[in-house]
Amino acid sequence: PRSTWSRKVRSKRDDFEDILEERRNSSDLRYAFKCYTPVLYRGLTPCKAATLKSMVLQSEQLLHVINQVSAESGESTDVVKDEAAAILEEMAHRLQLRTIRFFAYTLSKAFKALYRSVCVNEEGIQRLQQAMQEHPVVLLPSHRSYMDFLMMSYILYTYDLSLPVIAAGMDFLGMKFVGEMLRMSGAFFIRRSFGGDQLYWAVFSEYVKTMLRKGYAPIEFFLEGTRSRTCKSLTPKLGLLNIVMEPFFKGEVFDVNLVPVSMSYERVLEESLYARELLGVPKPKESTSGLLKARKILSEDYGSMHVYFSPPVSVRSLAQGRINRSQFNLTPRHVAQKPSEETQAFVNDVAYRIVRLQQENMVVKPWVLVATLLLQSVEGMELTELMEQTSWLRDLARMFGAFLDWPDHTPCSMVVSSSISLHRNLACVSGSRISLVVEGPQGPETPEEALFNRAVSVLSCASYRNQVLHVFLRPALLAMALSNANSSRKEDIYSCFDFLRNVFSDEFILSPGASVQDFDEACHLLVKCGAVELLHQDVVMAESGRTVLSFLTLLLEPFLQGYQVVCRYLREEATENLTEKQFIPAVRSFAVKLHLSGSLKCYEVLSSDLQKNALNALIRLNVVRRVRTLKS
Amino acid sequence: FSCSSSGVKPAVATGLVGTVQQQDIMKWNGWGYADSKFFFNKKGQGEFTGKRYRLSGLILPSLKDWFEGTFGANLQHKSPPSLNTSAVAPPSLNEAFVEELKSTGIPFSHDTEDRVFRAHGHCLHEIFSLRDGRVGRCPDMVVWPNCHNDVVKIVELACKHSVCLIPYGGGTSVSSALECPPEETRSIVSLDTSQMNRILWIDEKNLTAHVEAGIIGQDLERLLNESGYCTGHEPDSMEFSSLGGWVATRASGMKKNIYGNIEDLVVHIKMVTPRGVIEKSCQGPRMSTGPDIHHFILGSEGTLGVVTEVTLKIRPIPEYQKYGSVVFPNFQQGVACLREVAKQRCAPASIRLMDNEQFQFGHALKPQVSSIFTSFLDGLKKFYITKFKGFDPHHLCVATLLFEGDREKVLQHEKLVYDIAAKFGGLAAGEDNGQRGYMLTFVIAYLRDLGMEYYVIGESFETSVPWDRWVLDLCRNVKERIVRECKEKGVQFPPLSTCRVTQTYDAGACVYFYFAFNYRGLSDPVHVYEQVEHAAREEILANGGSLSHHHGVGKLRKEWMQETISSVGLGMLKSVKDYLDPNNIFGNRNLL
Repeated sequence: PRSTWSRKVRSKRDDFEDILEERRNSSDLRYAFKCYTPVLYRGLTPCKAATLKSMVLQSEQLLHVINQVSAESGESTDVVKDEAAAILEEMAHRLQLRTIRFFAYTLSKAFKALYRSVCVNEEGIQRLQQAMQEHPVVLLPSHRSYMDFLMMSYILYTYDLSLPVIAAGMDFLGMKFVGEMLRMSGAFFIRRSFGGDQLYWAVFSEYVKTMLRKGYAPIEFFLEGTRSRTCKSLTPKLGLLNIVMEPFFKGEVFDVNLVPVSMSYERVLEESLYARELLGVPKPKESTSGLLKARKILSEDYGSMHVYFSPPVSVRSLAQGRINRSQFNLTPRHVAQKPSEETQAFVNDVAYRIVRLQQENMVVKPWVLVATLLLQSVEGMELTELMEQTSWLRDLARMFGAFLDWPDHTPCSMVVSSSISLHRNLACVSGSRISLVVEGPQGPETPEEALFNRAVSVLSCASYRNQVLHVFLRPALLAMALSNANSSRKEDIYSCFDFLRNVFSDEFILSPGASVQDFDEACHLLVKCGAVELLHQDVVMAESGRTVLSFLTLLLEPFLQGYQVVCRYLREEATENLTEKQFIPAVRSFAVKLHLSGSLKCYEVLSSDLQKNALNALIRLNVVRRVRTLKS
Repeated sequence: FSCSSSGVKPAVATGLVGTVQQQDIMKWNGWGYADSKFFFNKKGQGEFTGKRYRLSGLILPSLKDWFEGTFGANLQHKSPPSLNTSAVAPPSLNEAFVEELKSTGIPFSHDTEDRVFRAHGHCLHEIFSLRDGRVGRCPDMVVWPNCHNDVVKIVELACKHSVCLIPYGGGTSVSSALECPPEETRSIVSLDTSQMNRILWIDEKNLTAHVEAGIIGQDLERLLNESGYCTGHEPDSMEFSSLGGWVATRASGMKKNIYGNIEDLVVHIKMVTPRGVIEKSCQGPRMSTGPDIHHFILGSEGTLGVVTEVTLKIRPIPEYQKYGSVVFPNFQQGVACLREVAKQRCAPASIRLMDNEQFQFGHALKPQVSSIFTSFLDGLKKFYITKFKGFDPHHLCVATLLFEGDREKVLQHEKLVYDIAAKFGGLAAGEDNGQRGYMLTFVIAYLRDLGMEYYVIGESFETSVPWDRWVLDLCRNVKERIVRECKEKGVQFPPLSTCRVTQTYDAGACVYFYFAFNYRGLSDPVHVYEQVEHAAREEILANGGSLSHHHGVGKLRKEWMQETISSVGLGMLKSVKDYLDPNNIFGNRNLL
């Protein structure tokens, strides 16, 4: 049912409305001081942020854990209570309308400077408004940029919807002033890791659940956990999702609505920063001065941005027939229970489903197609050829269900050249040829420097290609399986497909256990575009299928090569006691060595993201073993 | 309540019974007494006929508006019953059984009306079919044993001739328990206990009474009252339900806080099974003699045998009774108050909490006021509560109270409870509101018949659930589920979905739901109704509610038994059934 369900979604998408248009025509100040009266959750008795805190601190759930911790540690409950209060103090948001109005004003200015347009599907907003009255709502946006949560709150304010409370990483608190500003605009802060800290977990989960149960405000968090540096969706994290679903499992609320939000940027603010980070230049620590320096970006053109609010997904209907809620009946509700395997698998499935919904409604810009093609000819190509191929790829992408933002009634050449000009930092046209821009110092550079600069360009470009990977992923895995399988028999091809899918399931969003559906979907699409034919027990390439299949194979080639390099490194150079910390730099220098000797042409293997994913895959497949050693 | 005419012995004419008391004064296709029913008069005002109830003969001016407003029903749209009893299949009699039965002199009948009357309980689908003139499998004959020994003879004959027996008490089942299994090929005999209705002795030293199990609740109380005693067991169905039925379904009485539920009241039970008669040898107040055999009988729902005689605890009639009521600003506060009352173990004889919808419903049944003064007073009360105290009329809810005991203690008790209520924002709202609340319990079943005349069908169901927040969450989730399911199933107008807390315990409460909707435009309303009730039950179970607090399982809720008591538990019950009744003589197929 999953595949038919996703196809149904694809068949109809809402229209967009540019919310900046009005900002350009009327006073920002008036907008910031407009009358803001959002529709509230019907069961809500409004309360202050401070009341919320004391509710959490007095909750049975938390008191239970406080008593436990106190019994275990021998400290008095008052001490533990104070500790809990301190954790909550550090964590809790202090949402206030004043700050929101301040942001509404400044962000209007900033967004108008940065973006040509910010397009929102208004039908999605209407559905959201409806849902917010009926049930507690959890907003689950994709995460590509710092802009994401500012933009989310900005949009909700614009449409007079309840402002969300947002789970943010503690690192923002490092930025004096800004951290507190974010707190006052609804952010609450959680530590990146608090593995064994029972008290922290209890405070945190009770805080979130209290807000959810009360319908205090929509809760917003990023399923991917962090900004995706590659613009590829990241494997979802389950912690918070577990927390927000629990009140439904335990019958404390009738339902919880999850709303996937796809935020697509024509140009990501952080694009080259990300590429450098992936190549091992450390991520700049969040600091206020850093933010101020970033002001120069205000003078650049970041094109348009699209925000798509998918229809709310009811946890109740997803859980129908999968979760036996009476399993929670035999323990008092304030006693935390470890989720059963059944529940964990369910939450995991929901997480994947949401990420796929985010992907499906992510708007694909023409430049994404251009970048995809450019990466397949790194040495550059004829402009006319590019135009032709782009137009071909556009049709293919459409056929595969991509949500393309392609202007009507404009010749392909115009579309391509205007998107090249927006991304002139990445691609340049000289004469009749187009190639990647490689920034470098004026004057001589070492071979390592040259390699690094080139890699920055390629990875920046790849971050655009990655935005369309979800469209081609399944057919591409099939294309790869077709060229690697022992025969054209369907079982052989499927087992090869399944193997590849398994290898790459840390790299791409591939729901666990959906191999057969994915295979069927891939077959369906490749048959639809005429690339393969299904004959009885065989899957064979069609006469006209070569172009499509080789494009698809090339699309995944960098990943395949990257994984191969990681394997080669592990086989040839790795020693018994390689630590995880050493692994990434070691693989990187191994790859650099191969590059400089001319035996490797692929740049993406230099990306720490790919290296981590490859390692995780190898660990998962029991090829590599993780051993804990005691710290000396 | 006035009493029913009872004690008319069936005349035996050529082995058949001419008249049998209850049946003649009761509706055959609806609830209760034939002379008591709601109807809308020519002016469109609601009225309740008869003389039996406080509401009888009164005009109910707000009923129409409430009825039309709540259900979107229209008095122009009537759905009258089609009367057609000829649809009943002729009886399939076991001749050998009939012959031998005749020789015992025990009255019996295979008259169609007698059979149809005992072929059903009061589930919606049963009454709906009857109104439509549709009758499913009926008992093939009815027998009226007069005493324990008659039952022993009948059971022996049934075993000998392989006849299926279905015990019948008051016929108030709401669990499809009386429905004849359509797959039953043997002759089905309805064993009507109504003639076994005597109090055999009263023991004032031990405060017990030994009673035949066919006695109807109100008769039992009336007869005991004549001697200055009562059992205090008052289930809402007590006008019609029988002692044996209470035992067989684990009934619960309104005043259980003082007197206990049926399992607390019973001292001794005699039951006739195919294996023989089961009873204890003494009447010790408590025994440590292995698992209590009474607990195999209590709740056995007619699957093991016929309860013939019961020794019950009795109490002197209380000196003083006082009703009361409390208005709360919302349901949460009300539940919190009930919880506190239960915690302090100071619950009055009865304490019930109606939600807002039921409060409004109660108002719809307010009779026309007799004087301008009363109406002025009502207006003043309303003003005080809503304007002065700031209660939202769409959220407030009412608790009804009944105190019993000696006068001084009642007044003390009353103060204690009102003081607790005040802590939860409760305002005392007078005796009259309390009394009306309890009266409602008895007439609400009649109201369903009125609804059915105007395309409205409904039913009640119940559960028990632990305190903390389960009570609140369960009520909200179940009500919401009902509303949603109705919408999904194409019900045009939002249903009435309301609940009340009817009993409190140390560790939880009993919650009672009413659910009704306007079925115009639906091709198979009963099916829709059943789907929604099914979904509601699933929701109850998912939210930590029990399968039943006092209605029992019957055939309606059988599918959840294994989930409820585990497969081992179910196996235990089955092995008892296999031992007592290996040939399934008591073949009503309830419970297991």
